[in-house]
Amino acid sequence: MEITFKILRFDPDKDKKPYYRKYTVKVEPGMTVLDGLNEIKWRQDGTLSYRRSCRSAICGSCAMTINGVNRLACNTQILLLKRKTIVVEPLRRFPVIKDLIVDMDDFFEKIAIIKPYLIANSPAGPRERFQSPEDRKLLDEAVICILCGACTSSCPSYWYNKNYLGPASLFKAYRFIFDSRDEGTEERLRIISDRDGLWRCHSIFNCVEACPKSLNPTYAIAELKKKIVTTKL
Amino acid sequence: MIHHQHDIVIIGAGLAGLRAALETSQVADTAVLSKVFPTRSHSGAAQGGIAASLANASDDSWEVHMFDTVKGSDYLGDQDAIEILVKEAPATVIEFEHMGVPFSRNPDGTIAQRRFGGHSRPRACYAADYTGHVLLHTLYEQCIKHGVNFYSEFYVVSLIMNKGNCCGVVALDIIGGELHIFHSKAVMFATGGYGRAYKITSNAHANTGDGLSIVYRIGIPIEDMEFVQFHPTGLYQHGILVTEGARGEGGYLLNRDGERFMKRYAPEKMELAPRDLTARAEQTEINEGRGIDGKDYILIDLRHLGAEKIMERLPQIHDLALSFVGVDCIKEPVPIQPTAHYSMGGIPTNKHGQVVIDKDNTPVKGLYAAGECACVSVHGANRLGTNSQLEASLFGRRTGKTMAEFLQREEGFTPLPEDAAKPAEEEIAAILGNEGKESVAQIREELQVSMMDNCGIFRDEKKLQKELEIIKGLQERYKHIHIDDKGKRCNTDLIDALELGHLLDFVEVIVAGALNRTESRGSHYRTDYPKRDDENWLKHTLAYRTDKGPRFDYKKVVITRYQPTERKY
Repeated sequence: MEITFKILRFDPDKDKKPYYRKYTVKVEPGMTVLDGLNEIKWRQDGTLSYRRSCRSAICGSCAMTINGVNRLACNTQILLLKRKTIVVEPLRRFPVIKDLIVDMDDFFEKIAIIKPYLIANSPAGPRERFQSPEDRKLLDEAVICILCGACTSSCPSYWYNKNYLGPASLFKAYRFIFDSRDEGTEERLRIISDRDGLWRCHSIFNCVEACPKSLNPTYAIAELKKKIVTTKL
Repeated sequence: MIHHQHDIVIIGAGLAGLRAALETSQVADTAVLSKVFPTRSHSGAAQGGIAASLANASDDSWEVHMFDTVKGSDYLGDQDAIEILVKEAPATVIEFEHMGVPFSRNPDGTIAQRRFGGHSRPRACYAADYTGHVLLHTLYEQCIKHGVNFYSEFYVVSLIMNKGNCCGVVALDIIGGELHIFHSKAVMFATGGYGRAYKITSNAHANTGDGLSIVYRIGIPIEDMEFVQFHPTGLYQHGILVTEGARGEGGYLLNRDGERFMKRYAPEKMELAPRDLTARAEQTEINEGRGIDGKDYILIDLRHLGAEKIMERLPQIHDLALSFVGVDCIKEPVPIQPTAHYSMGGIPTNKHGQVVIDKDNTPVKGLYAAGECACVSVHGANRLGTNSQLEASLFGRRTGKTMAEFLQREEGFTPLPEDAAKPAEEEIAAILGNEGKESVAQIREELQVSMMDNCGIFRDEKKLQKELEIIKGLQERYKHIHIDDKGKRCNTDLIDALELGHLLDFVEVIVAGALNRTESRGSHYRTDYPKRDDENWLKHTLAYRTDKGPRFDYKKVVITRYQPTERKY
């Protein structure tokens, strides 16, 4: 089946402004959007640029906007989209470097702000710290986040205020604040309750819809809000 | 040309590179270069676990772990290095836990452990089936904490040597398109594997083995390259990994008759036989017409584990099977086939992570390697599952320590040679200026398909000879490529071409090495020499580059505790 890929192209070194370019790809069942992009790059137009690596939805390289929704190109099957034309654009609100490659520096800086590492000053002893399966279960979703940026890029609060930490950063904060081994809750709660922190989340749920790993950052942010309300800072 | 100076340059930001960086960045000015952002590294795709004899799930000891590993290696692993691996394994895992790795837990709060192929005890410490992902992210988080200096999306093109000392690298900033010289006292390769030499692979697009040919091109040998691991369970036609943990949790392998055929190949261990044996069993079933519908795949059946266990222990497998082959593994068996997975061979190193250049283990000053790109050799002819995460982390740390010690002795920088960047500049200019008719994608495709056919699970002289000819033809055609993108910014067309150049260089060593080794051992199986031959081949291969193809030399296998015996499961 022939499918049209309509891709937003932009090379600031050559182009005055972004433009759409159409490519036709012969699609077999099972082919993913990444397979389609590869087909274009390898056989039609080598100048097309995008990030990709694992092609199994774990490295987080290939998040992009596909028919208006943020997804990973690698685990999105073309035929399941049920459209003759697939519109592919770079992640919204992140500065475009070239074609589908966006600048994620600000995204990763916002992850770093919340101190994304275990803070545990009590001596650990020679063996592992114990953690009950129930306590570990609280982290099941948060530790799966692949930092692809699909959630933050989909968040209207982030569109309007680039200083907002965004769902990925807050999800990372949740991952440590709800880790029974961690002792950094207070300092992290102070960081995320800042004016550009979690109160900017208005439970729009775009991040939940956008997450290619079917995770729920909005729920985590709601839990964090509860935690702040019940913690004396 | 942009110049940088750092005491230490580490290439690669997977488990080995990051763990080394954590060790050195406290005491020395360290830079980590990676062609992908650190958390995109392929260590994150490892699923099932990391081995350590914690004895949380049964009795266990480093001695048992050692014997399993030596036997798994088909006696080609160096036992002094294996002893370090297994003795330091528990401390490595405990250290990870203290860093914050969210391991799955037993009811008593200790780290949960599961069974894995070739291990005689439940020894794989895991976080559901996302173990590599959480190890990689935790190390990256620790690097943020300790302010490690990253150059992300920098592609290393060449190594700079002066008077036999390594003194830096030349790298291309993929985003900006400029060449950079990194002048350093020590360089460490942690560049991972090369699954992309094969059509069906579990590996990422980035796994093109660049590090191997970067050193091979300047006269450093590469070791045991003929040993390529095929993982028994890759998703059909995609090659995407289905963790061995799926069998560790009790999954069955079935042929077209619904038979658990492993009973004919490994009656005792069944599905938990080591990977070389299991992949061969599957391929035999397929070759003898017992694949599903007579096609080139078989099934892994997890249904009897039940939805709860699958979703708790194997959630990623559930997700991957659904996304890529449209199968809900709770309700249906999953179509799978063997997939090119891991390189046992690599850049030869000693136990301290120093790169060595001959059979006497003479080190190169300033050059180090660890992880999949290196060959220390703890895996010998066949790696056991969960030993690679262990090796990368543990030898990453050791190598970091060695470099830190080296810097305390070493005062100054070896001066850069004149025209240090010239080879890199010329290589890139040649690609950009080439207006030939050949396509990079086409050559790569032909290489991957032919490697699968001729240098896969079953090999023989005729097929290997044929593959050598094919590779020579492709190398010749590579001289006449053209690429579309001639710009600087994010020129991934250029990166694809550079990577193909590397692939074409080192695959020749895999094939020539396989042709040269007239025996069957571990992952290397010659149908024309089906027996292991300890008398002639209990030795490591060292391949040196010459204009006429690789020249071979050999290195003794270190045997301390366990003498080679017949290997049965």
